[in-house]
Amino acid sequence: MSFLNIFKSDSTRRTVLSEGHVVPEPSRCVQCGICSYNCPIGIDVRAYVWRNEAVKHSECLTCGECVARCPRGVLRFAQTDLFERRDS
Amino acid sequence: MRYVIIGAGVAGFAAVESIRSVDKTGEIIMVSDDPHGFYSRPGLAYYLTGEIDDKALYSRTKDDYKELNFSFLKERITRIVPEQHKLEIEGKPAIVYDKLLIAVGARAIPLNVPGAKLEGVFKLDHLTDANNILKWAKRGRTAVVVGGGITALELTEALLAHGMNVHYLLRGDRYWSSVLDKRESLVVEGHLQEEGVTLHHHSDLAEIVGKSGRVAGIRTADGHTIKCDMVAYAVGIVPRLDLVQGIGLNVERGILADEHLQTNDPDIFAAGDVAQVYDPLTGHSVLDSLWNPAREQGHVAGLNMAGRKSTYLKSAPFNVTRLAGLTTTIIGAVGRGRDEDVVGIARGDSETWRELPEAIVAQSGLDVNHIRLLIGDKHLIGAVLMGDQKLSFPLQKMIANSADISPIRDSLMQPDAPIADLIADFWMGWRKNIAV
Repeated sequence: MSFLNIFKSDSTRRTVLSEGHVVPEPSRCVQCGICSYNCPIGIDVRAYVWRNEAVKHSECLTCGECVARCPRGVLRFAQTDLFERRDS
Repeated sequence: MRYVIIGAGVAGFAAVESIRSVDKTGEIIMVSDDPHGFYSRPGLAYYLTGEIDDKALYSRTKDDYKELNFSFLKERITRIVPEQHKLEIEGKPAIVYDKLLIAVGARAIPLNVPGAKLEGVFKLDHLTDANNILKWAKRGRTAVVVGGGITALELTEALLAHGMNVHYLLRGDRYWSSVLDKRESLVVEGHLQEEGVTLHHHSDLAEIVGKSGRVAGIRTADGHTIKCDMVAYAVGIVPRLDLVQGIGLNVERGILADEHLQTNDPDIFAAGDVAQVYDPLTGHSVLDSLWNPAREQGHVAGLNMAGRKSTYLKSAPFNVTRLAGLTTTIIGAVGRGRDEDVVGIARGDSETWRELPEAIVAQSGLDVNHIRLLIGDKHLIGAVLMGDQKLSFPLQKMIANSADISPIRDSLMQPDAPIADLIADFWMGWRKNIAV
């Protein structure tokens, strides 16, 4: 197995678009707010991170802006349960 | 029941949340002399570079505060009187508490050279400092940065972002020698130079030279001079202990707190940068200056204050930071000894990083994608990752949970071992053992 295979379970953006979310690793987060500041929809991503919750916001585009901008690698895409009820 | 929290940092705020989660009706008062209340202090680095505005530093809305139902007093406490459960404020009636949390943080150690009080000399403790730096940088041209650790580089990056010429003075032969190894220091220094920073090694600041009360230049101990209009320093921090002198609390380098964050006075708790917290696993009481331990300590202190017995278990100290634009994660024990550029502890630092037991070093990677592992008898003790961060989460978990790495230990120690592959393979099998 190679180094790259480790993240096979991580999703591509396409699968995330249909069935995944942005998920946080709160212990890396210092609530600096770069994620919320750069969200084109104005979702308060940081508040989700503080509560250790996936960004299950009905308007999230999973555009990846927050994932890319976070200076501490707090956010990543991951598949979450497709049948789980989404709140907004 | 009245809970009083002195300090508006993350430890204090986490305590408000956890007290409220247990006690829905008790009165909670937060008192701080920082006029800005609770905001992200680590976020100041990104505010200084212009990546966010000052409003973005505030993570909580008025509605959040309303929901938590606590009051914020912008006051400076002048004295704690434990026998009377009383906090004195100059010119105002005293506040009486039932349970008190001291979470006043740490402050920058001042520069101890002639000229340190001139206009144009800056530290970075809080938002007011950051605003002063930004105001001054607007009209300045050349800055000298003195000190070490993460804050010195944050200052450097901030001043570069505002178009200043930056000279960085290092006392020794390399950057952050107490935590980084030689190669890592050189990578960081290389990046700084690429960004246009002029590094001055073996340079001890002897004097800041002023003209009409303002900074005009500096002189080093060996007589070297640099003309500049600004000096920014980060030579370490020290817990803010003024309030607790002579009131009967046990104090060493910080306020001594047990694993419940309780001091020797059962009604007084301490958390965050000001607290020197007992770690039942090692038997030591250590200082951390990290956001997450502060949050966890505040949380546990709040639960205990509200009567729900709870224990703080220190996890492997861990920080992610950008060093000269390079994402770097530092986990567990990685360094040794003291740093010439920092007195005591630096902000974003943990004493545990320097408590290195006997360990063998394995490293791999070229230049920007670098991994260094500290390997004990059976476990990983620490790790430094620079650049690519894919393995940072696995390593953090493996170190925090003392994963038994015996199956790959020998392979890791081979010269030129493919460390990333070995760790990745091991992680795939091992991670089933923990909930991630």
